Amino acid sequence: MKTIVSRIAWLWILPVVLVAWEVSTRAAQAVYFPPPSVILARLHELWFSGPAAHVFLTDEAAHHLLPSLGRLVAGWAGACLVAIAAGIALGRSAVLCDVFSPLIHFFRSVPPPLLIPIFMTMTGIGTPLQLTAIVFGVSWPVLLNSLDGARYVDRQYLETCEVFGISRFRRLTRVILPAASPKIFAGLRISVALALIMMILSEFIGSTEGIGYRMLVAQSELDVPTMWTAIVLLGILGFVLNAAFLRFERHVLTWHRGARKTD
Amino acid sequence: MLEISDLTHSYGAYQALGGVNLTVAEGELVCVVGPSGCGKSTLLRSIGGLLRPTGGRVLVQGRPVEKVPDDLAIVFQDYSRSLFPWMTVADNVSLPLRRRGGDRRSRDTAAMEALEQVGLPAAAGKYPWELSGGMQQRVAIARALAYKPALMLMDEPFGSVDAQTREDLEDLVLQVRRSSGMTIVLITHDIDESVYVGDRVVVLSKSPATVVGDLRVELPEPRDQIATREHPDFVHLRAEVGRLVRGMRSGGPAAAETGAETGAEAEADSPELDPATAEPAPVAPKA
Repeated sequence: MKTIVSRIAWLWILPVVLVAWEVSTRAAQAVYFPPPSVILARLHELWFSGPAAHVFLTDEAAHHLLPSLGRLVAGWAGACLVAIAAGIALGRSAVLCDVFSPLIHFFRSVPPPLLIPIFMTMTGIGTPLQLTAIVFGVSWPVLLNSLDGARYVDRQYLETCEVFGISRFRRLTRVILPAASPKIFAGLRISVALALIMMILSEFIGSTEGIGYRMLVAQSELDVPTMWTAIVLLGILGFVLNAAFLRFERHVLTWHRGARKTD
Repeated sequence: MLEISDLTHSYGAYQALGGVNLTVAEGELVCVVGPSGCGKSTLLRSIGGLLRPTGGRVLVQGRPVEKVPDDLAIVFQDYSRSLFPWMTVADNVSLPLRRRGGDRRSRDTAAMEALEQVGLPAAAGKYPWELSGGMQQRVAIARALAYKPALMLMDEPFGSVDAQTREDLEDLVLQVRRSSGMTIVLITHDIDESVYVGDRVVVLSKSPATVVGDLRVELPEPRDQIATREHPDFVHLRAEVGRLVRGMRSGGPAAAETGAETGAEAEADSPELDPATAEPAPVAPKA
């Protein structure tokens, strides 16, 4: 009973905030703060009033939203795969780790947005730039967390493998990877947020399409409600991605939470 | 099966093993007992090939140990760090069987058989952390059984479970030995346990450890938690072992041989010892 109540307790805050937002913006008549009803109406009209055959997406959405999402997913997934593989390789080899870690820490310390201009000189504007920016932004936290996770696998897990002659391949896939997975997932979660940031920034700077670009256009036209639709859309996108990710993580790491509880 | 000669090992300046000599015959169940921190685990890890000793020689089945021998399994004390929490019990047991050959079905069958032997067939689909400590240790034993080693090493296997579970697991080890005939070296700090379970009890001195006692246990079979423990020979032996562990000079007739007597300084009180098990019992007349 109590758990159900506490689980849905947060729901009341949403309408309260929306109503307060609506009332206060209408009362203030502030040009730069349109009421949420206006934003939502614009959001619908601009992006989601298309034909049913296109899942209600407008041409505008197909032109700006889908490329953004595609690059986000492709860049993030590709970077994560490579970074996890590299992180585990480095984490399991003391030599490689010693050789590369100063380099990794240097690159990690460079704020990724700083590199977008230099990437642009190399890739020009468009999808290659967005992909490069997302890959670079995402890689370091995933790499470092994977490295950490693989490096500090409980010694007794490894000794158990040694005693029972578990092959190197199975040791990697059945023991090291799962043992490192809680750390890896922590890195992945950070990287989802970073990927969003890099997506938008790179679209601000060098793109002719995408949510970020559309927002810049709206700004140049002083179309305040449209700018707000981009903000709301990204907020929702971030929220949904994070929630989906947490669900996935919870599913994959059930054992981790279970094992923690009994310890 | 196992020959250890002049085995020494030092961790930097600290000498854990001071020249251990020990021979274990095929099919024997030898308990190694000694005060806490005396180097029992170091000895076990040297036999198991997990540690390269600084001196001496270990032969398993006539071959010097360089890495973990193929025919050897270890049951660790800390089952929660030895069973993989992301795998089901059945997967934990069958994972090592791949190198033994056979297809997936035969591995699964072997895993189920081992789980039945330890009385846990119903736990196959569960995860280790869903089981009690004693049950997890049974799974670890099942994993070693399914692997069918010639030599099984057990490092304080029942050190982390409650007294009742401990007795059950002791009986499980005896039953496993009877049915499989494998050679077992069990390391413990519990004197009663060493006498109850072992065919032989080897006593180590405090570090640098040497063998200070090697006693043959001749108690009526099958052993029974109540009857065996009240048997006069049992009472006598545990006192004998207790004295040796405490570093008192052995005097009883049960001492088959007494190795290098580094325990002669007669530590009156070893604080690491569990008082419940280490206290020398009144010596009963030998029946």
